[in-house]
Amino acid sequence: MKPAEFYMRDRSMHPPALHPGYKTSVPRSPRLALLTLQQTVSEITGPSFGHGDLGPLDNDLTLNFGHGGLPVGERIIVHGRVLDENAKPVPQTLVEIWQANASGRYRHKKDAYLGALDPNFGGCGRTLTDENGCYYFRTVKPGPYPWLNHVNSWRPAHIHVSVFGTSFSQRLITQMYFQGDPLIAKCPIVQTLPDPAAVERLVAALDVNAAVPMDCLAYKFDIVLRGRRSTLFENRLEGN
Amino acid sequence: MVQSLNYLQESPSQTAGPYVHIGLAPGAAGFHTFDQELGQVIAATGVPGERIRVEGVVFDGTGAPVRDVLLEVWQADANGIYPHAEDPRVADAAPGFRGFGRVISDFDTGQWGFDTIKPGPVPGRAGQQQAPHISLWLVSRGINIGLNTRMYFPEEKTANAADPVLNSIEQRHRVATLIATQTAPGLYRFDIHLQGQAETVFIDI
Repeated sequence: MKPAEFYMRDRSMHPPALHPGYKTSVPRSPRLALLTLQQTVSEITGPSFGHGDLGPLDNDLTLNFGHGGLPVGERIIVHGRVLDENAKPVPQTLVEIWQANASGRYRHKKDAYLGALDPNFGGCGRTLTDENGCYYFRTVKPGPYPWLNHVNSWRPAHIHVSVFGTSFSQRLITQMYFQGDPLIAKCPIVQTLPDPAAVERLVAALDVNAAVPMDCLAYKFDIVLRGRRSTLFENRLEGN
Repeated sequence: MVQSLNYLQESPSQTAGPYVHIGLAPGAAGFHTFDQELGQVIAATGVPGERIRVEGVVFDGTGAPVRDVLLEVWQADANGIYPHAEDPRVADAAPGFRGFGRVISDFDTGQWGFDTIKPGPVPGRAGQQQAPHISLWLVSRGINIGLNTRMYFPEEKTANAADPVLNSIEQRHRVATLIATQTAPGLYRFDIHLQGQAETVFIDI
């Protein structure tokens, strides 16, 4: 058996392009059907990265921006595995994260929220999964923050997560939420998800076993990318 | 009752949001954490092929430029080879060719652009040939799941006419949304329309 295309994306578990409750999606959502494509070498290949692309502190947000001091906030480890839909680990794949600081402020020239910037916190990190698909970051728990979807909208605490996988068709950006946050259920962006089970899969669990005593708590967040078919019978991907 | 198939389900997408630059292009957000940002050089100096630049604007449904978009590029080298183990010809891929690029739009104008080499034609399914193309993936605030599309080249009339993906577009006038215009030697313009009369063909890859 030979690996072939990736499983069709189950779009019923993803947010639709247009979700009027998330207002910015209204002018930014395609209205026509997506073009159906049978995968070719253009889709089953994708960018790859190596340790030479990264720096030694890239996965430690408590240190990678600091100028000698530590950031304010609840120190946490975020760890988990990148798997595919066949439950196979995805090794050596790039995971990138970005987030607000503990007061809910992003270090971004377009963020004007009055929550204070932290001189010791940038808010971005990246790492490669190991041979078992495992990854980990050290950071601080981000704060919730207000935005003007409606007048009194607040984002739950969240970390943005970007993952590559092995092919361009597995490319995924999502957000990780925190167990027990009452703002999750009220969030217009969370509500773009059509199924409560899909929301649950984006909520990281407190993982005391992975906490470091007297140092930091931990949350576990597994990420699942599209799985890949095996060719039981020739489907002529490569032709002739 | 029936046995469970035991597949996991793909993690659901969420929008990249307005601050995607912090994570994926922190220099643009206004600070530097990483020694090198990824996707800045698609084809290093010395990689064989015709040097080209692609520029464009992503427009929303009202015709306004999307000024906080991030695009990723994936393409083959000048011989149509991807630098990836799944390309059967990978051993012959051009040294120094990454094939991956990442660009953001200007916060004021929405204009983006990247420098690369023109890709060669790429094998398709079942012995067919695909015309030279660049695969693109767009994310931004308001885009709930990343959008895939392809850019083709206007001078490749014969190859485009035989391209299986372009030929699968039912509304023939929409094919033009995937073909760049050449504005100068080596310079291409590829605007993307998220919705409206000129909505770009987005692809479920």
